[in-house]
Amino acid sequence: MEKEKKSWFSRLKEGLGKTNNWFSNLFNKDGINDAFYEELEEAMILADMGMETSERLLDALRAQVKADKLTERADARNALAKLIADTVRVDTAFAADEGPAVILIVGVNGVGKTTTIGKIANEYASAGRKPMIAAADTFRAAAAEQLGEWAARANVPMVRHQEGADPAAVVFDAIASYRAKGCDLLLVDTAGRLHNKKNLMNELNKIRRMIARELPDTPCEVLLVLDATTGQNAVAQAEAFLEVCELTGVILTKLDGTAKGGVTVQISDTLHVPVRFIGVGEGIDDLRRFDADEFAAALLNLEA
Amino acid sequence: MAFEGISSKLQNVFKKLTGKGRLSERDVHDAMREIKLALLEADVNFLVVKDFIKRAEARAVGADVLESLTPGQMVIKIVNEELTSLMGSTNAKLDFGPKKPAVILMSGLQGAGKTTMCGKLAILLKKQYGKSPLLCACDIYRPAAIDQLKVVGSKAEVPVYEHGTQDPVKTATEAVEEAKRTFKDVVIVDTAGRLHIDTDMMDELKRIRDALEPAEILLVVDAMTGQDAVNVAKAFNEAVPLTGVVLTKLDGDTRGGAALSVRAVTGKPIKFAGTGEKLSDLEPFHPDRMASRILGMGDMLTLIEKAEQAFDQKKAAELEKKMRTDTFTLDDFLDQMEQMKDMGSMEDILKMIPGMSGKVGNIQVDEKAMGRTKAIIQAMTPKERANPDILNASRRKRIARGSGTTIQDVNRLMNQFDASRKMMKQMTGGMFKKGKKKKGGFPFKF
Repeated sequence: MEKEKKSWFSRLKEGLGKTNNWFSNLFNKDGINDAFYEELEEAMILADMGMETSERLLDALRAQVKADKLTERADARNALAKLIADTVRVDTAFAADEGPAVILIVGVNGVGKTTTIGKIANEYASAGRKPMIAAADTFRAAAAEQLGEWAARANVPMVRHQEGADPAAVVFDAIASYRAKGCDLLLVDTAGRLHNKKNLMNELNKIRRMIARELPDTPCEVLLVLDATTGQNAVAQAEAFLEVCELTGVILTKLDGTAKGGVTVQISDTLHVPVRFIGVGEGIDDLRRFDADEFAAALLNLEA
Repeated sequence: MAFEGISSKLQNVFKKLTGKGRLSERDVHDAMREIKLALLEADVNFLVVKDFIKRAEARAVGADVLESLTPGQMVIKIVNEELTSLMGSTNAKLDFGPKKPAVILMSGLQGAGKTTMCGKLAILLKKQYGKSPLLCACDIYRPAAIDQLKVVGSKAEVPVYEHGTQDPVKTATEAVEEAKRTFKDVVIVDTAGRLHIDTDMMDELKRIRDALEPAEILLVVDAMTGQDAVNVAKAFNEAVPLTGVVLTKLDGDTRGGAALSVRAVTGKPIKFAGTGEKLSDLEPFHPDRMASRILGMGDMLTLIEKAEQAFDQKKAAELEKKMRTDTFTLDDFLDQMEQMKDMGSMEDILKMIPGMSGKVGNIQVDEKAMGRTKAIIQAMTPKERANPDILNASRRKRIARGSGTTIQDVNRLMNQFDASRKMMKQMTGGMFKKGKKKKGGFPFKF
C-alpha cells in the first residue's frame, strides 16, 4: 500500500485535475469576452464554489480587468487566482500553535473526523507537544477502537468510555487526565452528527460549554471537518455548527480525490471561518496546513 | 442561506407569467434560468443541469396551460414530471440472481456510510425478504473497520464473517463458503472506502467482483455530495458495472442533487435511501419525492391533491358550521386529527409547503403527542366528548388512568382545547367578514 511520495502541492493539483483541465482549456483561447466569463462561471460552479460566490468573484474580476486594462486570458486567470486566494486567506494565528489549547473536532457523519484527529495528534506530538485525546464519539460502533489505533500510532494517550456513554463525561474525565499528566493540547473527537438534528447539536453545545467551564483560560479551537466532495450543503453545515459551538475553523479532507472543495471559498466568503488544515490521504502524515495561494493556484492550474 | 431565495425567486418569475393561455418561448426561458439556478444550488452536476434544461425547455415551449393551473404552475408541473422520469421508476427491488448464496457487494468512497448500510440492508433482507444474511468484513485498511461491522452485525442480529487483514478477495470467497455451510442465502460484502482514481484499490474491487460474481453491486453515495458525484459514479460504474445505487444521509437538509447526477450518468436505479442513525432507518427510494426535494420549492400541487382527497367535503362544511355556532366538540377535534393523519405525517405535509422544506428540520413535529391526545379523547365517554365542561376532577382522574397518561396531560389538553375554541371563534368571525377561508384550516396546536 506504500504510495510514491509526492509533494502535497502536486498531489493537490492531481486531485484538482478535473478543474485544471477545465480552466486550462478556458484560458488557452484568446480574448476576454462574455463567453469567457460565462465559461469561467461554469467552471467555478463545477468546482462547487456556488453561484453567489462565483458571481461575486467574477464581478470583482471584471472590475479588475477593466481597471488594469487586462487583455490576456492568462493575466485574467492570475487575477482570479489572487481574488480566490484573498477570499480564503487566513490572517489569524492558530491557537494550538501559540500554547496550550483545546481542539474540538466536529462534523457530519463520514467526513473523516477520527482520522483527522489521529493526524493532528501525530503532527503536534512530533513537534514535541504533549497531546491528549478524548474519544467522545461514544455513538458509532467501534469509533473508540478506531481512534485508539491512531492514538497508538501517534503514541499519544487517550481517554475513552464504553460505547453509549455520555460524551460530555468522557471529555470531563479527559480534562482531569490532561491536567494530571501535564499535557498541553487536548484533542476531542465527537460523533458525526447531521447539523439539522437538534438534540445531537444540543449535546455538542453541552460539550463546548463544559470545556469552557473546566478550562476557562485555555483557548478552544472548534474545527469543522468537511469532506471535499460535499456540495452546497457544507455552507448549511458550517452555519449550524457556528451557531451551536462557536466554530473557529475548517479542516478540508479527502482532497486527494477529484473533488475540489470549492465550497470552502464560499464558507470563507460568507461566514469568515478560515480553513486551517487539509487532508490529502489516509496516511498519518497526510495532513497539511492550508495555504491560500497554493490552494487557489492549484485550483486554477497555476505554478505556485 | 442561499437556498431560501430560490422559491421566492421562482415565484417572482412566475408572477409575470399569469393569465396567459400558452407558454411562450420567452416566459419559459426566464423560468428555466431560475430552475437552472435551483438545480445548481441543489448540487446537481452542471452538465446534467444543462442537458436537463434543454429537454424541459423544449417540452414546455408552446405547451397549453391546463385550466386549473397558472402558467407558473404549469412550468413547475412539466419540470417536475421531467425530473421524476429522469429519476427512474419507483420499485427498484433487489435482485438475488440464480446463485446460492446471492452476493451483494457494497462499494463507495470513504465515509459514504457503507458499513452502516450493510447492517440496514441485513435487517431489511430479514424482515421484508425473509432471507438470512451473512455480513462479510472486507475493509482491511481502516483501523477498527472490522470491529465496527461486528458491532453493527450484533445489533442487526446477523452473523459476521471476518478473517483479519488478509487479502479481501480471499476473505470474501471464504465468506461464501461459510454461508453455504451455515445455510445463509445472502452474503453482504462490506468493502473499504476507496477513491475512484485509486487504480490499485479499484482493481481490488474488480477482483472481488470476479471472484464472487455478485447478484447486486451497489454504490453507496452520500446525499450531500457536490459536483464531483458524476466523476465518482462514472468511475465506479465503469470499473464494476453497478446494478444500483443507495443514497445515505438523506435525513440531513441537503437538497440531494447528487441523486440526479448519479442517476443521469450511470442510468442505474437508486434503490434505497438511508434516512437516520438507527439500523431500521432504511427506505425504498421515491423518485417523485426526490424530484420535488431537489427542486426545493415544495410540491404545492401534491399538497392540494392530497388535501382534496383526504378532506371529506361534507365533514368540512359541517365543521365550518360548528365553528361558527360554537358547538365544536372533542369528537370533532378527533375527526380533524384523523383527517390530517390521512394526509400523511405532519413532517411530510410541512415539507410540501413551499418555503418550509428547509425549515422542517428545526420543527420537531411531535407525533407522539398527537397519539397521546388521541388516547385521552378516546378514553372519554361520548357524553364527555360532547360536553367537555362536565369534566370534573374524578372524571379527569379516570380518563388519565384509562389513557395511560397523567392528570396534568388531561388538564393541558383541556386548556388547549378551550383556548383553541376561543381562538377559532374569533378567527371564524374575522374570516367570514373578510371572506378569506384559507387561514381557518387547522387552528389546533397538537
